[in-house]
Amino acid sequence: MSCCAAGAADAARPIDAVSNEELLLASRDLGDGLRQVDLAVPDMHCADCIRKIERGLAGLPGVTHARVNLSTRRASVKWRGEVPPLIETLAGLGYASHLYDTTEAASDPQLTRLIRALAVAGFSSMNIMLLSVSVWSGADAETRQAFHWISALLAIPALFYSGLVFFRSAWSALKHGRTNMDVPISIGISLAFGISVYDTFQNGAHAYFDAATSLVFFLLIGRTLDHLMREKARQAVSGLVRLAPRGATVLHADGSRDYLPVAEIEPGMVLLVAAGDRVPVDGTILSGASELDCSVVSGESLPQPVEAGSVLKAGMLNLTGGLVVTATARAEDSFLAEMVRLMEAAEGGKARYRRLADRASQLYSPVVHATAFLTLIGWIAATGDWHRSISIAIAVLIITCPCALGLAVPIVQVVAARRLFENGVMVKDGSAMERLAEIDTVAFDKTGTLTRGQLKLVDDERIEPTDAAIAAAMAASSNHPASRAIAARFGVGDVTFARLTEIPGRGIEAELDGQTYRLGRADWALTNPGEWQGAVLSRDGKLLAPFFFTDELRPDAREAVSALRQAGLETLILSGDRAEAVQATAAELGIPNFTASALPADKVFRVEALAAAGRKTLMVGDGLNDAPVLTAAHVSMAPASAADIGRNAADFVFLRDSLKAVPLAHHVSMEAGRLIRQNFGLAIVYNLIALPIAIAGWVTPLIAALAMSLSSILVVANALRLKAGNGKGEAKSSAAVKTRPTEAAERDVRQTPVAQGQPWTA
Amino acid sequence: MDSLIFLVPLALLIGVVALVIFLWSLRSGQYEDLDGAAERILLDEDEDRGPGA
Repeated sequence: MSCCAAGAADAARPIDAVSNEELLLASRDLGDGLRQVDLAVPDMHCADCIRKIERGLAGLPGVTHARVNLSTRRASVKWRGEVPPLIETLAGLGYASHLYDTTEAASDPQLTRLIRALAVAGFSSMNIMLLSVSVWSGADAETRQAFHWISALLAIPALFYSGLVFFRSAWSALKHGRTNMDVPISIGISLAFGISVYDTFQNGAHAYFDAATSLVFFLLIGRTLDHLMREKARQAVSGLVRLAPRGATVLHADGSRDYLPVAEIEPGMVLLVAAGDRVPVDGTILSGASELDCSVVSGESLPQPVEAGSVLKAGMLNLTGGLVVTATARAEDSFLAEMVRLMEAAEGGKARYRRLADRASQLYSPVVHATAFLTLIGWIAATGDWHRSISIAIAVLIITCPCALGLAVPIVQVVAARRLFENGVMVKDGSAMERLAEIDTVAFDKTGTLTRGQLKLVDDERIEPTDAAIAAAMAASSNHPASRAIAARFGVGDVTFARLTEIPGRGIEAELDGQTYRLGRADWALTNPGEWQGAVLSRDGKLLAPFFFTDELRPDAREAVSALRQAGLETLILSGDRAEAVQATAAELGIPNFTASALPADKVFRVEALAAAGRKTLMVGDGLNDAPVLTAAHVSMAPASAADIGRNAADFVFLRDSLKAVPLAHHVSMEAGRLIRQNFGLAIVYNLIALPIAIAGWVTPLIAALAMSLSSILVVANALRLKAGNGKGEAKSSAAVKTRPTEAAERDVRQTPVAQGQPWTA
Repeated sequence: MDSLIFLVPLALLIGVVALVIFLWSLRSGQYEDLDGAAERILLDEDEDRGPGA
């Protein structure tokens, strides 16, 4: 059962470390000195993980309760007194973890309400149906009467508890002068109930309790599925803006230190940013030198060396050295907040898009109302029999039950979402699939999306094993991406240095057997750098080994791009990285159009220009700088490795490395769209047959129940075809994924000029 | 007819009991962590209780 630890240990790096103060700020006071915090632990996945995490956390001093929720991949911890070293303990166990906003973690009362309503409606409708069967098969008048009374009794909770969901929604629509799908539903079920009670009093032969309750039951299934799909989207968004640190250490003029929440930081304050921290607000460096990982901010693939006087943006990750920074903006004027504002302003394509079901219901309600009303008028004019006319009008309302709209669309989307999930793609919203089926252009970000966004050592066979071991041992002590690449390639041996120091902005210096080793940029490590650029390992100023790095392409990037092109989609790159780097990637993937050095606003501008030209764009991106464009695009997708904010802005998130997720999601969405259209077609055909029968007054409770159940079963069965029809294809593609990576990785490692010309600093 | 007088209420009673059990299980959070419940069965009893329980 040690399936998880080995792989996960690698992921648990002390980067993005959360300080105790931050933990305290994020925790919730339960009173009585008890505090609770929720941690997201994405890597846990088995019983062994649960045991290790719960034991590990519970064993810490002060912890009174530690409980893992495997479904949500979260651990909830309660403690008293001092903040226990939760994150460090988890990292020690091999799990990366991060803070989860407790205030938003509450369970979803709306869903519980829906499920309860569904249970009650299911109970009522099934029991009524049971009684109805004997009525239909010709129970004598006395028994029929008794069964009608029991049915009436059973229908009450279904109507007034479960049906309330529809009544409320219909009422709020009517209050605003609109009409929605729930208006004819509400009128239909309450009138059907009313007239059935009247008929039961009058000893009538027909009662529609079964039709009314099973209508509520079927529609509630659809409503619950729909809610599940939407709630995912809402939950994802609620964790937003957590990329920003919660607080920062402020250095006062008298030398004292304070940990203040980020909102209380004023321009002019002096802040300490330790290695591994994100920059809390925009600022300039007062003293210190380090490298910054700007990839989420600018899309730049290599760490940027900074020194006193450099300008920092909020959200950049400080890698190697501590910095003293003067704040130049408040949190709400900083880069992160600016991104959030841009995102809000960019809510273009998505906000304008109206869901298919909503559009259909716009047409549906007036038509149904008018038909039922005309039927009523017609029958009164023809027969003058009020009771009969009203019964027939109700039958029209009931028989045209919008099952195709209320049930078929969500069920297709749930099945499609399930299929995507099996292939490692998460969908946040049902409407996202509808939008994805419409696209004609795919725009990619480069760093982290088309590429892995991680440096990888290339051309490393020439390096002597002894040198490699020394380099790896030195690199293991550093958080620098290039160091990590070296350590990851050669593994950490058992070399023990007499002295080991990291010099921010330059590299690592170590002493072994009286000799000085330096791993870092050539002009620092070598006494005579000459032609050497980039990263080297030196001994006493003499070259031992040079290192070359590349940002390798994501697995299957080429296949994914060509699959999209075959599907008739245009591809382009929108990147914040330098032109040469973008051009190299574009050329390699055969993407003709690219924009380099694009600021977040430029990306939004490009996508909006495309939208203005009538194009519908899928944006695939991962960085913080992509967040606004992910929001602006018609539909968007992000890898799971993306910055939180980008992941939250995207409609789809793919969990696996392979970029094939993009054509797959597009394919499944197209198919789901086709099935939804088919279901609409089925519904129309059904209504064409059923409506004349209803208007003619031939509908008995038996026919109503049969017709409704049949139409519901038909659309559900059609939706399930999405899964069955693609079982084989799925198996094939997952097999392909299994054999791919090694082969693809070898092929995709090309030396792009990204890394080589750049001065590397370790 | 005579048999119906107690059979139908009995059937309904069983239905109501099932409904109440379902609502109770929903309320007591048994659907909160379905994946976890499936995995926890592999853990030994004392470990499963968790800390402080």
